[in-house]
Amino acid sequence: MKPIRHLHARTVVLAHENIDTDRIIPARYLTTTSRAGLGQHAFQDWRYRSDGTPDPQFALNRPEASGASILVAGRNFGCGSSREHAPWALLDAGIRAVISSEIADIFRSNALKNGLLAITVEAAEHRYLLRHPGLELRIDVVAGLITLPDGGRFAFALDAFARHCLIEGIDPLGFLLHADAAIQRHEEQHAA
Amino acid sequence: MAARTLLDKLWDAHQVIAETPDTPGVMYVDLHLLHEVTSPQAFTELRERGLRVRRPARTLATMDHSTPTLPADASGVLPYVTPAAAAQVQQLRSNCAEFGIELLDMASAQRGIVHVVGPELGATQPGMTIVCGDSHTSTHGAFGALAFGIGTSEVGHVLATQCLLQRKPRAMAVEVRGRLQPGVGAKDLVLHIIGRIGVGGGTGCVIEYRGEAIRALSMEERMTVCNMSIEAGARAGMIAPDATTFTWLQGRPRAPQGAAWERAVASWQTLHSDADARFERSVAIDAGAVRPTLSYGTHPGMVLDIDAHVPAAADAQAQRALDYMGLRAGSALAGTPVDVVFVGSCTNGRLSDLRAAAAVLRGRRVAAGVRMLVVPGSAAVKRAAEQEGLDAVFRAAGAEWREPGCSMCIAMNGDFVAPGQLAVSTSNRNFEGRQGPGARTVLASPASAAAAAVAGCIADPRAYAGDHAGAAEAVA
Ligand code: SF4
Repeated sequence: MKPIRHLHARTVVLAHENIDTDRIIPARYLTTTSRAGLGQHAFQDWRYRSDGTPDPQFALNRPEASGASILVAGRNFGCGSSREHAPWALLDAGIRAVISSEIADIFRSNALKNGLLAITVEAAEHRYLLRHPGLELRIDVVAGLITLPDGGRFAFALDAFARHCLIEGIDPLGFLLHADAAIQRHEEQHAA
Repeated sequence: MAARTLLDKLWDAHQVIAETPDTPGVMYVDLHLLHEVTSPQAFTELRERGLRVRRPARTLATMDHSTPTLPADASGVLPYVTPAAAAQVQQLRSNCAEFGIELLDMASAQRGIVHVVGPELGATQPGMTIVCGDSHTSTHGAFGALAFGIGTSEVGHVLATQCLLQRKPRAMAVEVRGRLQPGVGAKDLVLHIIGRIGVGGGTGCVIEYRGEAIRALSMEERMTVCNMSIEAGARAGMIAPDATTFTWLQGRPRAPQGAAWERAVASWQTLHSDADARFERSVAIDAGAVRPTLSYGTHPGMVLDIDAHVPAAADAQAQRALDYMGLRAGSALAGTPVDVVFVGSCTNGRLSDLRAAAAVLRGRRVAAGVRMLVVPGSAAVKRAAEQEGLDAVFRAAGAEWREPGCSMCIAMNGDFVAPGQLAVSTSNRNFEGRQGPGARTVLASPASAAAAAVAGCIADPRAYAGDHAGAAEAVA
C-alpha cells in the first residue's frame, strides 16, 4: 500500500442518511473475482436511470462533481453488509475519502485497509460540510485535521493503528505474519 | 477475578496478543467459513504473496449466493444467471482444491447457506470464535460463540494466519423480560428490538440477548434473533449456551462425541456472563408487548406492529422511504397489496421456519396474482421438509419450491423482485434495491409472509393459526 499522509481535494455531497452497501454497489455486480472495475457500478441505481442513461440530477453525475474525490455523506454511511466491494467500488470510481458524522464499523475498517479515508466529524461540522458542496479540503492524516478553504479546521479521530498503517503504507497482513511465534504458542496451549 | 461478561470470557480465551493503545490485539479464529462471493480476491492475495492456508482443517467452504435455485436441466447444466456467476463458483472450487480446503459443493448433501450449514453440521460450537466474509455470521452467536463478519482483506488474513487484528468491542445487554405471546415469534421480536434501539443502536457493540423470553426460545429462533444483530449496527449478537443449545448440538456430525462431548459440555456451562458483570449499555424489552412486526420503510429500523398505521414522515429521509415503498402516512399496514412472497434466507430458511409458513398455507391457496417462492436454507433442510411433506403443502398452495441458497434475499442468482413490486420477505434487509432494482421489501416472519401470500395483502398471521381454512374468511 502507498503511504497516505494527506489529501487535497474537492467535496461532493450525498446527504442521504443510512447509505448502505447495497446502494454503494448492488449485489448483482458482486459476481466478480477481481477488485478492479467495480467503479463503473458504484451507486449504479442512483447514477443511471432505468433506460441506462446517466441521471443528470444525481450529485456525482453533475459537472461540478467531476474530479471531486471527497465524498461527504449523510449519517450512518456504509451500513449493511461486510462486502469489501463497497470501498473497492468507491476507490475505483475515484473517491479517496468519505466524511460523515457516523460510519458503519465494518465499512470503516474495510475502507481504511484499502487506503480509503473513512472519517467522522462532529455533528455541527458535518452539517456545515453537507451544506457546502464543492469545498476544497485538505485532509491531514498525520495531524487528524481537515482544513477548510477559509482556514477553519475540523479535527477527526482515527484509530492509532489505522493511522500508522496509512501514513507508513503498512499492510496489516504483514503485521500479522510477524506474530507467527505467538500464534504458534497459542495453538499449542489450546490444542484439544 | 473480576466479574466478566460472556464477551470478556470469549475474548480472553482467544487473545494471542493483547491490544495496546497503538496496536489492535491479535485474535485467534477457531472456525473460518467461506463462500464464493467474498473469497476470490483473498485467495488471489495469498497466491501473489506466496502464502499457504495456515489451518485448512479450521476452514470450511460452501456456495450459496450466486448459485441457482432451479435444478439442472436434462443435460445436467445448472442455470447460472450469468457466466460470471458460474465462473465465481468455479473459482471457489479451484481455490479450495489448490489450498486444501473442504468444500460443500453443489452436489453435496450438506451444502446450503453458510450460516445454516455451520450450525446444522455441529461445526458451530459454544465458546468458539467464528468469522466469515459475510455480515450475518452473527447468526452463530446463538450458540454462545463470538461470531462476526469480516471483509475480504481479513478473509486473507485469517486464511494466512488463522488470526485477525481486532480491538475489543463493547458489551451491550438486551434483556427481554417476560414471555412472547402466542402467535408471536423470534422474527417479530428481533424486528421489534431493532425498531426500539435503531439501526445504529448497537454500533461498536456485541449484543448479548438475555432474559426469560430469550431462554424460552428454541435454537433456531435464537439464530433468527442473533442473525439480525447486524441490522442494529452491532458487530455481533450472542446468547449464553444452555440445555437447549446442548440438546440441539448433541449427535451432530461435527460436534464432539463420547467422552469429548461430556468434557465439552462441562466447559461450555461456564460460558455465561457472571452475575455482577457490567455491560457498557443495557436495554430492557418487554416480550409481552411484542406483536407480529413488519418493516414498512427502507431500513430495518422502520418497523410497525401488524395492526398499526404508517406514521407521518418525520423528515425528508422518512418521506423518501415512504415514497419508495409506495405507502401513505396514515394508511393501515395490514391490507397493503403484495406481489411477491419470499420464504427463505439465513434468517428464516430453517425447518421450523418452513413449518410455520406451511402451517398457514396448509389447505389454503396463494392468492391470485401473488408469486410465492420458498427456498430452503440448506440441502438438509430441503430433505427434512420433503420428508414431512412440506414441499407438497407449498406446491399445492401454488408456491414455488426451490433448491437451497440465498436466492431473493440478495437477488444475485437470478431470483429477484421486479421493479416496483412489493415483496413480503423473511430475509433481513429491506434496503432500496436489495431484492432487485426498484424492488420494495417488507421484512416479516414466515407466518406473516405466508399470511400475506394467502390474503394477497399484508395480513395478521394470527388469524391463520391452525389448519382451518375457514379462519381466513373471517379476516380476508
Ligand atoms: S441468505 Fe441473505 S443475508 Fe444470509 S448469507 Fe445469504 S445473502 Fe447473506
